[in-house]
Amino acid sequence: MQLFANTLVLASTYVLLATGYVVVYRASRVLNLAHGELMMLGGYAFFALVSVTPGQLIVAVPAALLVSFLAGVAVYFAVMRPMAGHPVFSAVLVTVSLGILLRGLVILGWTADIKYPLAVAGYQNAPLRLPGGAVLSGVDLFAIATAGALLLGLWLFFAKSRFGIQMRATAENPRLAAQRGIDIHLVFAVAWGISTFAAGLAGVLYTSSVRLDPEIGVIGLKAFPVALIGGLDSLAGVLPAALLIALLEILAIQYVSPLLSEVVPFLALLLMLCVRPWGLFGTKEEIERV
Amino acid sequence: MNRAGPYLKTSYADDSALAGTAFLRTWLALLVAAALAFPFVATPLLLDLACRAAIAVVGAHALNLLTGYTGLVSLGHAGLIAAGAFTCAVLVEELKAPFWVAMPSSIVVGALLGLVVGIPSLRIKGLYLALSTLALHFVILYVVGEYQSGRGFATGLLMPRPAVGPFTLSGAKGWYYVLLGVAALTTLFCLNLVRTRPGRAWMAIRDRDVAAAATGVNVTYYKLLAFVVSSALTAFCGSLWAYYNSFVSVEAFNFFMTIEYIAMIVIGGMGSILGSILGALFVTVLPYGIDAAINALPVPARLQTHLFAVKFGAFGLLMALFLVLEPQGLVRIWSRVKTYFELWPFRYPPLKG
Repeated sequence: MQLFANTLVLASTYVLLATGYVVVYRASRVLNLAHGELMMLGGYAFFALVSVTPGQLIVAVPAALLVSFLAGVAVYFAVMRPMAGHPVFSAVLVTVSLGILLRGLVILGWTADIKYPLAVAGYQNAPLRLPGGAVLSGVDLFAIATAGALLLGLWLFFAKSRFGIQMRATAENPRLAAQRGIDIHLVFAVAWGISTFAAGLAGVLYTSSVRLDPEIGVIGLKAFPVALIGGLDSLAGVLPAALLIALLEILAIQYVSPLLSEVVPFLALLLMLCVRPWGLFGTKEEIERV
Repeated sequence: MNRAGPYLKTSYADDSALAGTAFLRTWLALLVAAALAFPFVATPLLLDLACRAAIAVVGAHALNLLTGYTGLVSLGHAGLIAAGAFTCAVLVEELKAPFWVAMPSSIVVGALLGLVVGIPSLRIKGLYLALSTLALHFVILYVVGEYQSGRGFATGLLMPRPAVGPFTLSGAKGWYYVLLGVAALTTLFCLNLVRTRPGRAWMAIRDRDVAAAATGVNVTYYKLLAFVVSSALTAFCGSLWAYYNSFVSVEAFNFFMTIEYIAMIVIGGMGSILGSILGALFVTVLPYGIDAAINALPVPARLQTHLFAVKFGAFGLLMALFLVLEPQGLVRIWSRVKTYFELWPFRYPPLKG
């Protein structure tokens, strides 16, 4: 039961991060390798804000998420838009260098010490005993709920709202969409914003329940196989892939070794690339085949 | 033979000469002389830096053959370097193998791994291929990490000094000359490789694989060859690294190392031998350059206490700037400077006619 609960918690982090990869990839065909660092940035924004307004999470959390969203929009206009027309790989490399830059800046601003934003805010993350015998902390439960809410919200947004439909149209064919009067730069910017917003959510929740230091960006790399296994352009694939990877990882920790659990996502990724490179629910035509 | 001028080539030998003009030969000779004289004027720190740069040159060439010339993006470079370094370390540790056994074995292991890494490239390309190499990076690191902790080498494995018979390679000057020679030979190897059949096939595949296949290039063979040659060279770089540092630990081969090597070929200029050398030198010297600059300039104390972060940030910033503003790297800047002086006082070449 505890195993199952742990899986859900890990899967919720993966869902939050992988949706970010998918939203950006769908919009611009760019794989954002700075995603983990943007999550870290969200965590630090949260930390800075709770330090200013102690005890008022109701202010700090939305403000941190807003900062995350704006950071994504800024990244698009500052870095990704000048890369239009360059090879996709160059754009991916730019995100890599952006990640390094962010990490350097964060260490300059806040040092590399481990921090606990929730404690700074004056809250405790008390463990709760759930029916069935599993023990989870309050933040963990909240993380699971948030991941579910994010998926539902994004689905509603893309399926029902006018702007969401415009975003899907742009993902399918940017030129045609632009021809039809959709402001594709706005669409791309909002896609980056949504992506970093999700990363910010992951950052706030992860740093609340675990810790905050400049190394947490590595989780971004581990969440990446989740996005690919689900299908890089498929939001629907994120949930099953996250659950699958989280379960495999938890099982590896439990029964083999913690070292193995670090590579389990990548082993699954390799297997997936050999068998079904477009992922569980991805579009088959999407992939560049030889 | 009647030579009309430095730019008129009258024989096939002239055409394929690497240093075809007297001007080039003079400067090359001066460069070699300067490189040979360097240890007599350099401080130990500079000498160490030069040795590291020479190792980086080998690694950058390897990545450049694969990514720059063949267009196959690899994010697993650090993993392959680790594979080379650990093959050496394991052979030395378990079998007490001398270096002239350990080093070739690590090259062979590298070549075999290249074959394994290369197989996905026959099915997928672009981003997806990069990801499969990234996954392999983590798998290799897991395997060597498991070995390292499983055998009880908590901090790492020690390496002996390479020795042949009574000769032991030690001392900064000895290392410098050996590594300089190795880097020069590797450069020559790559230079000749890319201007003969394999290199031309690789560039054809990079530019358009379908067209390459249509003109008779065996795409499967040359892609695998690119992976094998590149990985063998990478593993060689790893074994040099292991012997030079005389210490191997899995922590050194993190994803950041891969990024550093990618930065080398990006900053230097993709698909250029000179670019790999310039990039490797630049990226190796950069942290020390920042050190020197910060010590020399009056900067806030905060920057001095977080030197590491400054280097990190500057590295990321430079890489991004190069990608956005000068995608062809230092080589492009160099060729612009050259053209400027060649054409001076004019700004563009005279119209032919």
